[in-house]
Amino acid sequence: MFIASPTTLTHEMPRALQHMLAREQADTPTALPRRSFLKLAGIGGLGGFALGAFPQTATAQGAGAAASALKPTEQPSAFVQIAPSGEVTVTINRLDFGQGVQTALPMILAEELDANWAQVRSRHGSNDGAYVDPRFGMHLTGGSNSIKHSFTQYRELGARARAMLLSAAAARWNVDVAQLRTEAGQVLGPNSRKASYGELAEAAMALPVPEKVVLKDPQHFRLIGHATPRLDGRAKSSGRQDFGIDVRLPGQLTALVARPPVFGARLAAVNDSAARAIAGVKAVLRVPLGKGEGVAVLAEGYWPAKLGRDALQLQWATDGLEKVDTDRQLAQYRELASQPGALAFDADMAPLATAAHRIDAEFVFPYLAHAAMEPLNCTVRLGPDRADLWVGSQFPGSDGAAAASVLGLKPEQVKVNVQMAGGGFGRRGNPASDFVILACEVAKAARAVGLAVPINTQWSREDDMQGGYYRPMHLHRARVGFDERGNLLAWDHALVGQSIVSGTFFEGMLKNGVDGTATEGLRDPYPVPMRLSVHHPKLNVPVLWWRSVGSTHTAFVMETLIDEVARTTRQDPVAYRMRLFDGKHPRHRTALQLAVEKSGYGKKKLAAGRAWGVAVHESFETVVACVVEASVQNGQPVLHRVTAGVHCNLVVNPLTVEAQVQGAVLMGLSMCLPGAAITLKDGVVQQSNFGDFVVPRITDMPQIAVHTVPSADPPTGMGEPGLPPLAPAFANAIARLTGKPLRELPFKLA
Amino acid sequence: MSTLHVNGREHTLTADPGTPILWALRDSLGLTGTKFGCGAALCGACTVHMDGQAIRSCVTPISAAAGKRVVTIEAVTSSNDRVGAAVHAAWVKHDVAQCGYCQSGQIMSATAFLKSLPKGKQPSAADIDAAMAGNICRCGTYARIRAAVAEAARAIA
Repeated sequence: MFIASPTTLTHEMPRALQHMLAREQADTPTALPRRSFLKLAGIGGLGGFALGAFPQTATAQGAGAAASALKPTEQPSAFVQIAPSGEVTVTINRLDFGQGVQTALPMILAEELDANWAQVRSRHGSNDGAYVDPRFGMHLTGGSNSIKHSFTQYRELGARARAMLLSAAAARWNVDVAQLRTEAGQVLGPNSRKASYGELAEAAMALPVPEKVVLKDPQHFRLIGHATPRLDGRAKSSGRQDFGIDVRLPGQLTALVARPPVFGARLAAVNDSAARAIAGVKAVLRVPLGKGEGVAVLAEGYWPAKLGRDALQLQWATDGLEKVDTDRQLAQYRELASQPGALAFDADMAPLATAAHRIDAEFVFPYLAHAAMEPLNCTVRLGPDRADLWVGSQFPGSDGAAAASVLGLKPEQVKVNVQMAGGGFGRRGNPASDFVILACEVAKAARAVGLAVPINTQWSREDDMQGGYYRPMHLHRARVGFDERGNLLAWDHALVGQSIVSGTFFEGMLKNGVDGTATEGLRDPYPVPMRLSVHHPKLNVPVLWWRSVGSTHTAFVMETLIDEVARTTRQDPVAYRMRLFDGKHPRHRTALQLAVEKSGYGKKKLAAGRAWGVAVHESFETVVACVVEASVQNGQPVLHRVTAGVHCNLVVNPLTVEAQVQGAVLMGLSMCLPGAAITLKDGVVQQSNFGDFVVPRITDMPQIAVHTVPSADPPTGMGEPGLPPLAPAFANAIARLTGKPLRELPFKLA
Repeated sequence: MSTLHVNGREHTLTADPGTPILWALRDSLGLTGTKFGCGAALCGACTVHMDGQAIRSCVTPISAAAGKRVVTIEAVTSSNDRVGAAVHAAWVKHDVAQCGYCQSGQIMSATAFLKSLPKGKQPSAADIDAAMAGNICRCGTYARIRAAVAEAARAIA
C-alpha cells in the first residue's frame, strides 16, 4: 500500500479521521502493486497514448531515477491520456455519485495542463493503487475530501504532463523550452510555430516524468473558480449515461436475493420448486450474507428473478437473534443516558447547581436510510484466476480486497471497475463491503453449479431500504447552565448511539471508547465547559455513515440549544453567536455574516406568520451558515427560503458548490419531514419504499440562495457541509413562532 | 410472446405479457436509459410515454401497451421531437443533473407535461411543481428542474 507522506499534517484532518490514517499506515495492503500501472496502457479502448513514462520504461531509458521516485499518485500515466485528436481523458480517483468531482478534478488537471477544455473528457478509475486518496493512502470517496485532498495532486499531474509536452516540442523544433508556451491544448513556439498536444503526445510519452514542477499563480487560473457545466451533463440529460445498474455483459444473468426479515436470520426451510418453475429462472441458490444467509434467484433479467423470488417459500430461524424494537430501544437509550459513559470531554459541572438559568433537554434522532435513487447492485465476472467487478463503490480498494477474500483470490487478481453511481450518501462506502461480498457470494455459488456467467446482483428498493446500514438512531441529553448574559457556565451532555466504526477496519478511530464520528460537531467552536459522556450500545441493526455523519445530529443539538440560550436571555441569535465567537473563528463569523447580509436578516420585514431561523456549523473543514424563513401552515412547519453562507476556501467550480449546498440543504430538510424515519418492530424494519420512508419532492423545495466567502486558501470539503445547519435553522425559526423548541427529528409539533 | 411498439419500431418479445414495460425495455431491448427506482410507481425514475401520456413503466405491464406506442428517453432527446429537444437543451443549459439517475424520468415527465399544455400557455411555478411532483430526485436538483422546465416552455412557445 502507498503510505501517506510522513509530512502529512494529521492535526489538520477532521478529528475522527486522524486515527484512521494511523491505522491505515500500519495496515495490510489492499491496493495493487505499482507494476499494475503497466496495464493502464491497454485499458479503456481510448486509442491514443498514455502520457508519461511508466517507471520501468523510464528506467530502461536511463531516466528512471527521477521518474521512479515518483509515487503512483504522481504518475501522469495513470491519470491523463491524450489521443492523436487532442482529446484529453482524465481519470478520477474517486466515485462520482452526483457531487461533481467527475468535472472538478479534470478542471484542476486541465488548468495546469493548459488543455483545451472542449476536448477534455473524464472517466472513473479502479482499485488500482494509483487511485488511492493521496493523504489517506486508501481508496476512499468520503469525508468530503475529494477536492480537499486531490487539489494539489491533480494540479501537479497536469503540470507534469504539460512539462513533458513542452519538452517534446522543444526537441522537435530544436529550441529551448524557455521559448515555448502553452495555450488551449497547443504548444506555441518562436516564428508562430504550433503543435497540438495530440501531435506531441507520443513523443512526450517517451520522456522522463519531471519530479518537480512549478504550479500556476492562482491569479492566472482560467478554469478553476469559473462556473463550468458538468462534463456528463449531456449524457445525463439523454439517457446515455451508464450507471452500475446498466452494465450488460454477454450471457449476464440477474440475481435477486431473498433477505432475512430479521438481521442475521438463517434459513430453517427452503421450498424453491415454484420459483424454479418460473420461465427464465436459471438457478436458486443459498448464499451466506455477512450475518445470516439468503436465497439468490438467478434469472434472465430482473422480472423473472423477482417472480422467482416472490415464489420462494422460506422459513427463517430467528431464535437467539436480538429483535430490535424502536420503542424499547428508546427506553433503553434513556436508561443508558442516565448512567456514566465513556468521557469524551470533561469539565467542572458544579456551576449547573447555581446557574441563573438551566435548560434540560432530550433529543431523539431515528435511524435513516440513504435511499439513493439507484438501488444497490454489483456485477461480477469470474475468470479462472481473476475476477472483474463493476460497481459504484466509495471504497473500491477495500471492496476489491473483500471480494478477493470471498473468492479465494489475491487482491491484485480482482479488478474493481468503478461505475458512475446514482447517489450513495455514504451507503456505497461500507467497510463491511456488504453488497460487494453478496454479489461475489452469488457469483461463487453460481459457478459451483456450473453457471460461469457474469452476474448482476441487484437490490430491489425494498431490499435497499430494509437491508440495514442506517444512520444510527441517537439520543442526546443535555443540561446547560448559563447566566443572565448567556455566558455558558457548564454543559453536561450524554450521547447514546451505536458506533459506526466499531468492529470495522476503522475501529482504530475509537478513542477511549468514543467514536469520533458520533461526537464530531459537539462543543466547538463555542466556549463551553462541557462534560460529554458517550454510550455506544451494540444492537442487531447495521449502521453506517450518512451524509455529514455525526453532524447530522450534533449540529442540531448544538445549534438549537445555543439558540434557546439566546431566546432565554433575550438576545439576537446572530449577535449572541458572534459574541460567543469572541473575535476568533473567522470562517464561522464571515460565513454567518454573509448569510445574514444576503438574506436581509434583521432588515427585511418578513411576511406575516414567518420567522427567521439561524444556524452555523463546521463540518469537514468547511463552515456553512443558514438563515431561513419558515412558518407553520395547517399545523406543519414549512420552510420557505434559505440563504446559505459558505466558507469552503477556494471554490473550484461555483456551479458544483451551489448544487452541493442546495442538495445538502434539501437532504437536511429531508430529516425534518414527517415519515423520515426507519423504525423496527420485533426486529423487522417497518418501512420498505418511498411510500413510507418519505424523501422531499419538488413541492418541498424552498428557495435556496448560496453565497461563498471569497478565499484563495486551499479548498476544503463541499459534499456534506451544507447539510448540518439546515435542520437546526429551520427548528429555530419554528421555535420562535411556537415558543416551544423542537427536539426530535423528524419534527413533531405537539 | 408479446409485441411492444417502442420508439417507432414494433418488437416481438418472449417475455411474459405481465412483465412491466420497464424490464422489457432494459433487459429485452437494451434500452437502459429508462431507470429502475422503486418498482411501485412512487419515484418516477422509470417514466416513459405511452400514446403521449407519461406512465410509470415499472408497474405497467407489456399487455397494457398492446396497440399503443411507447416512447423512451432515448427517442425523446435524440429524434425530431421538438419539445423533447427543447427540454434536453434546457436541462443541459441549466446543468440540472447531479448523479443524473432520476433525470431520464424527470425529462420524460417534463416533456409530457409541456406537450399537454394548450398552445401558447406558459406554465406557472405551481403548475411546474404539480407536474413534476411525482419524480423524486435525492440529489436535490429541483431548483434547476424548475428553471429548466420554465425555459423549455418559453422555447417552444
